[in-house]
Amino acid sequence: MTLELDQFHAGFFEEAFESLDAMETALLQLDPGTPNAEAINSIFRVAHSIKGGSGMFSFTEVASFTHTLETFLDELRAGRMPVTRPTIDLLLKSTDVLRGMLRATQHKTPVDQQTSADIQFDLEQMLVQCAPAAVAHPTAQASSAPSQAGVAPVWTAALHPKETTWTIEFRPNIRLQAPGADPSRVFSELAELGAMALVAHPEKLPPFAELDPEVCYLTWTITLTTDLPSEAIQNILDWAEADCQLRTMESAPAPVPVTPQPIATASPSQDLAPAAAVPLPPPATNQAPSGDAGGLSAKAASADSNSIRVAIEKLDELMNTVGEIVIAQSMLMQLVDGAKPPRVDRIRAGLIQLERNVRELQESVMRVRMLPIRFAFSRFPRLVHDLSARLNKQIELKMTGEQTELDKKVLEKIGDPLVHLVRNSIDHGIELPETRIAAGKSAAGTLFMNAYQRGGSIVIEVGDDGAGLNLERILAKARAKGLVGQTDSLSDEAVANLIFQPGFSTAEVTTELSGRGVGMDVVRRNIEELGGTIELRTQAGQGSSVVITLPLTLAIVDGLSVAVGGEVYIIPLVAIIASLELQRGVARQLSGIGEVFLFRGDYIPIIRLHEAFNLEPRCRDLHLGSVMVVECDGRKVGLFVDELLGQQQVVIKSMETNYRRIEGISGATILGDGSVALILDIPGLVRFAAERSAA
Amino acid sequence: MNQHRPALAANASAEASRQVLTFCVGSETYAVDILLVQEIRGWAPVTRLPQAPPYMLGMLNLRGSIVPVIDMRIRLGLEQVKFTPVTVIVVLSVRTSSGRREFGLVVDSVSDVVDIDAAELQETPGLAGKTGVELIKGLAAVADRMLILLNVDELIRRDLAQTEAPMMAGAA
Repeated sequence: MTLELDQFHAGFFEEAFESLDAMETALLQLDPGTPNAEAINSIFRVAHSIKGGSGMFSFTEVASFTHTLETFLDELRAGRMPVTRPTIDLLLKSTDVLRGMLRATQHKTPVDQQTSADIQFDLEQMLVQCAPAAVAHPTAQASSAPSQAGVAPVWTAALHPKETTWTIEFRPNIRLQAPGADPSRVFSELAELGAMALVAHPEKLPPFAELDPEVCYLTWTITLTTDLPSEAIQNILDWAEADCQLRTMESAPAPVPVTPQPIATASPSQDLAPAAAVPLPPPATNQAPSGDAGGLSAKAASADSNSIRVAIEKLDELMNTVGEIVIAQSMLMQLVDGAKPPRVDRIRAGLIQLERNVRELQESVMRVRMLPIRFAFSRFPRLVHDLSARLNKQIELKMTGEQTELDKKVLEKIGDPLVHLVRNSIDHGIELPETRIAAGKSAAGTLFMNAYQRGGSIVIEVGDDGAGLNLERILAKARAKGLVGQTDSLSDEAVANLIFQPGFSTAEVTTELSGRGVGMDVVRRNIEELGGTIELRTQAGQGSSVVITLPLTLAIVDGLSVAVGGEVYIIPLVAIIASLELQRGVARQLSGIGEVFLFRGDYIPIIRLHEAFNLEPRCRDLHLGSVMVVECDGRKVGLFVDELLGQQQVVIKSMETNYRRIEGISGATILGDGSVALILDIPGLVRFAAERSAA
Repeated sequence: MNQHRPALAANASAEASRQVLTFCVGSETYAVDILLVQEIRGWAPVTRLPQAPPYMLGMLNLRGSIVPVIDMRIRLGLEQVKFTPVTVIVVLSVRTSSGRREFGLVVDSVSDVVDIDAAELQETPGLAGKTGVELIKGLAAVADRMLILLNVDELIRRDLAQTEAPMMAGAA
């Protein structure tokens, strides 16, 4: 029982968090002057469905909060309250509070009642200020009616002359009030279609002592006036039909006066019906919300119907199996390569076909793991909105390429670095409006985030049209820190990229936003852990941008295999610039740096891999082996290896599953012959070379 | 089948009686909980790791899983010997807080499976200072032999799990 309920809980939370995200997005798009009715409607539906779900699961705090929120939104929806900047801000705060409450409820930790009470109070305050009459009885909502069954609640509604009036005999099964089946939900759905009158028949109600709280003794007569077709009503009734005996009778088009019971005419009951007392124009695009679960925006619902949720572990398993097939396939290929008889040609042809199919399979499986980068970008409208308000800056966020797809693992790890870059841009990049106007720019700065695919990589750009980096200050600081010699001259690009050095921050004032000791070096490290690179471009007065290049997937890498001291290593292809065989005597020994050689006009250091890894090489003379020129962060290094073996695609396996991280190694793979080969961590090796020459 | 194993090697000591696999390293007989043993396989060359301590022989492909292999002779301070046909790798699979970990131990030979009583387990007397003493959980006398029970959790913590500060290349 508990287990089953937990399952439903998980579904509820998952849905609630998603709809909160949708609500936030809709709020951010809301224009204070000319609010979009459909947007407000979709926001309202989110609050409504969370309220319904939390009520169902007895998450009372969440239900109470969303109830106030719903009342508030209802006022907005009805146009009784203006949509203003403070309103939107308050609603955004409400989504935060709600998210916190849901998270606390999910993890069964205490809810932060102070914050929620504060926001709830603010909401109520604003309600009172804007429409005192409407909140005279803020708790008297449709949902509370059935519990006060003895009172015989009556909704009255003004009738619209040109509309059809329907009479519905609503006789719920006696078990209708079992968990999840709440007649009031059907009523409130119906009330959204038009003017509704509801008469309860409490005759069958037994004496209180004999009352079974789970049995529904009441029947209702609903009179609904709407210009919508019968299907719209039927849709809602269908939702309840499993539990109810319903009859829909089309009555004469002429207005049938509702005959309310005497108490219904008393004035307090007018206040009891906030939703129906004022005839609302039925929502134009109403697809007749099919009950509470479907209370999300119609768009989300249609997107869901074509997709399924799969646990990431299942995909990982699939990916692993496909990886094994790739290995087995290349093993077969190697076996066939040795043999000569005539049949082998046909086997080889079959294997080549298999290879193609396996590669396609691998790509399809990989694509399953891909998600649009929108999931990482979606938090930024809110972040920019909040930060710009706090810093008194005017910032317009422009995002493109949100549909660009990334491996889910990459997506999860890219979020924090992006937040860091966006914060930097807002805090240090974009100037205050006065400064911008003085510089001849528009008062509002632009922050742009672009994502696109380029070959086998994903490129993400984060930039602004702000002041750009102060290169002089960076250089001065680098000199002061001894990172750059006093007389060294560096290109602007090289100076800009100094900010990726550990412990480098030039902010004159460490602010709450960026001055928390986490520097760009951490961003760079995170990107490099994902096998990506990061680069900075800046132009004084015009702005700066950071370009992140990431591999499409973390699961597979194209690499060159090289032999050193009897072992095989894989060098990721993206890092390789050239592979050379050096002539005798071209390498020079420089004191303090070690061996260097001239490559395309620059002297670059040589790392002898056998020395770094403590292996016995086949040869120690540079001209007898191969040198692989690799690049990272604009620095080039020559890796000296025994021999270049060939190019292949390998499946990356983590070393940390069973062992630990090893300096200079980013992972391992299994070769066609079943042996293990280590994959070189090029950024790590390049840094190692730099540290060696600095020491 | 993995799911039916007891959760942790540490928990196993609570049981009254259990089976252990015994194996020889040098002149001593060691033992590990049989439920932790995934398989026993003959020695096959492994891929060496850079900057690894001498007892860490390298990585083995165990049906697609990449598994580190430790030479128990070197780890326990004995001199290295040439591997023979009876040299075997005992592959253990242990559930830890950071997930299931697999690793291999190269031992001179595998002996047999015996029952030991938790009550028979003795403290390790006067072994302080000996290499590998930190890996001993206790001693048990079975028939005329003395078994040294290996502390697998400690072995993982010291030799296999992620260290706080990654070691820096000392080779160059």
